[in-house]
Amino acid sequence: MSPAERGQQVTLEERQPFIEIKNVTKKFGDFVAVDDLSLDIYQSELFCLLGGSGSGKSTLLRMLAGFENPTHGQIVIDGVDMTDIPPWKRSINMMFQSYALFPHLTVESNIAFGLKREGVAAREIKARVQDMIDLVQLNKFAKRKPAQLSGGQRQRVALARALIKRPKVLLLDEPLGALDKKLREETQFELINIQESLGVTFVVVTHDQEEAMTLASRMAVMHEGEIQQLGLPHEVYEFPTNRFVAEFIGSVNMFEGHVVEDEPDYVMIASKEAGSHLYVSHGISCSPNQNVSVAIRPEKILMSHNKPEHDYNCCPGVVEDIAYMGNMSVFKIRLDSGKTVRITRFNRERSEDEYFTWHDKVFLTWGPTSCVVLTS
Amino acid sequence: MKKKSTFLMITATLGFAFLYAPIVSLVVYSFNASKLVTVWGGFSTKWYGELLDNDQILDAAFISLKIAVISATLAVVLGTIAGFCLSRFKRFRGRMALSGMVTAPLVMPEVITGLSLLLLFVAMEGLLGWPSGRGTLTVIIAHVTFCMAYVAVIVQSRLSSMDESLEEAAMDLGAKPGSLFFLVTLPLIMPAIVSGWLLSFTLSLDDLVIASFVSGPGNSTLPMVIFSKIRLGVSPEINALATLMIAAIALGVIATVFQMHRLKKNAV
Repeated sequence: MSPAERGQQVTLEERQPFIEIKNVTKKFGDFVAVDDLSLDIYQSELFCLLGGSGSGKSTLLRMLAGFENPTHGQIVIDGVDMTDIPPWKRSINMMFQSYALFPHLTVESNIAFGLKREGVAAREIKARVQDMIDLVQLNKFAKRKPAQLSGGQRQRVALARALIKRPKVLLLDEPLGALDKKLREETQFELINIQESLGVTFVVVTHDQEEAMTLASRMAVMHEGEIQQLGLPHEVYEFPTNRFVAEFIGSVNMFEGHVVEDEPDYVMIASKEAGSHLYVSHGISCSPNQNVSVAIRPEKILMSHNKPEHDYNCCPGVVEDIAYMGNMSVFKIRLDSGKTVRITRFNRERSEDEYFTWHDKVFLTWGPTSCVVLTS
Repeated sequence: MKKKSTFLMITATLGFAFLYAPIVSLVVYSFNASKLVTVWGGFSTKWYGELLDNDQILDAAFISLKIAVISATLAVVLGTIAGFCLSRFKRFRGRMALSGMVTAPLVMPEVITGLSLLLLFVAMEGLLGWPSGRGTLTVIIAHVTFCMAYVAVIVQSRLSSMDESLEEAAMDLGAKPGSLFFLVTLPLIMPAIVSGWLLSFTLSLDDLVIASFVSGPGNSTLPMVIFSKIRLGVSPEINALATLMIAAIALGVIATVFQMHRLKKNAV
C-alpha cells in the first residue's frame, strides 16, 4: 500500500481520533509559538507536521511529549487528558533530532534504558532488546558505544530505543535530517515498513517537504503557529488552498489575474502577466472580476516551438536559461510580459524531437486541470 | 629544516629548565648530608629519617590531607549543585546573584577572603556559639567556600556543552528527574567532577593565606608549618618533605591522566 492509500483508508473509516489537540496555544513570553491550534490524529497514522523554522511544529511535538505545557487548550491522547501527566508517565516516546543516544552506554543498554525504568524483569528485557536489535538490524553493533557508530546506525538505535516501550505514539523530530541523501531514501522506506508492521501512530516533524511527502499518510502544513492546510500529501501538493502552501511545497509559478468568465463548470481568468487567458475546468467560489492568483507547478507545463491550437493557456516566451540536472532539465522562460516562469522537463530520450536551446522562441501550455486558482 | 629543529630543541630545553630546575635542585638537596641547605656535603638519606621522627611536620601533613580530602569532597557536592542550577534552570529569582556569588571567590584576593571569613567566624561564635573556636572545621568551611566556586564553573561549562535532549530523552523513556540525574547527567559530567575534586584538593593542600586567618592553635596546616619553619632558616627536612610531596603528586597526576583517558573513552 502506498502511504496515500493508507491515508484514505483511515479517513474513510469513521474513527474516534487518537490524539486530540484542542485549541492549543503556546506562548513564550510575548512570542506565540502555537496559535489556537486544533488537530485530530487517528490511530496507526503516519502523520507529518511540515513547516519552516519557527512555524511552531517542534513546539507542538514537545507539547505532545510533555516537555512543554500548553498556555491554553488541551491535549487528549487515547481518551486521557495529558495536561498534568509528566513526560516520564506518558506512553509516548520520542526520537530526537540529535538522536540523544546516551554516550556512556552501549547500544544494548541504550535500547534497554526505557524498559529498565519500568522495572521489567531482566529476562524479558533481554528478549525484547534482542527483538528490537533484530528489527533494526544492529546485531553486529550491540556492544558498541554510540560514538563508534555511523549516522545511519545511530538513527536506528534511536528508533529502537524509542520503540521498545511499545508506545502508543512515536514522535519523530526530523528523523532523517542528519542522514545523507542516499541513506535517507533507504531509511524512509524502512521507517514506513516498521510503522506498518507495528501499527504505532507516528507523528513526524520535518521541514523537508520531500520527506513529508514520502513518509506521510496525512500531513499538515504549519506556518506561524497555525495549520495552513491539512490533507493527504497529494492533495496538499496538487490542490494547495492558499499561496503560502503553494509556494512552500515544491516550486510553483504564480500568475496574477482577474476572473472574466465564471461558470459552474469552468472559469476563465485574464492575466496580463501570463500574456493569455487562463482556463480552469472547474468552478471556483469567487465573484466576477475578483483578483485571483493562478498557481501552476513547473512539471505540469508543456513547452513547444509551435503555437498550440487554442488561444487560452498559451504563453509565448523566450528560453532564458537552462539547467541540466541529469534526469531532468530546468528551463527559465521569460514571457513577453517580462515574468520569468520555471518549468521542468524530464530527459526521456537522449535525442529529443524537439530540442530547446537558449533564446529559442517557445509557447508554454498546460491542460485545463493542471492549475489551481487561489483566492487567498 | 635542520635549523628550525635546533631552535625548537633550544627553546624546549630552556623552557623545561625554567620550569623544573628549581624542583630538581630541591630534590637533589634533599639528599644532602650537610645541615647547611646551600652547601653540598655528600649523599645521605638521613633527612628522610629525621622527617619521620618530626611529629610536628607529620601532624601538619596529616591535618592538611584530612582538610583537603574533606573540603574537596564537600566542594564537589555543593559546586556540582550550584553548577547544575546555573546551567539547567534558565530563569529563577536571584539567578544573577547566585552566578555572581559563585564566581566571586575566583577573583577575590585571598587575603580578603581569609579576613572576611575570620570576621564571620568570630561574629558567629559570638551570636550563635558555633563554630566554637577556630580549628580544622573553620579551615574546612573556608576551603569549601572557595573551592566550590571552581567546581561550579567546571561543572557548569561541562553541562552547557552537553546536549540537553539527552536529559529529555531519559525523561521520555521513563526516568524521573531524580533518577535521571544519577543515570545520565552524573556519568556524563563525571570527568568534570573528577577534575573539580582534584583541583579543589590541590587548592586546599596548597593554601597558606586563608588557612593562616581561620586556623586555630594546634591546627596548623602543612603550608603554615613549612612557612613558619622557613622563617627560621630552611631546614633540609623540608626538602625531604617537599620531595616526597612531589613524588606523590607526580604519581597522582599520572594516575589521573590514565583515569581521565579511560573516562573519556567511556563517555564519548
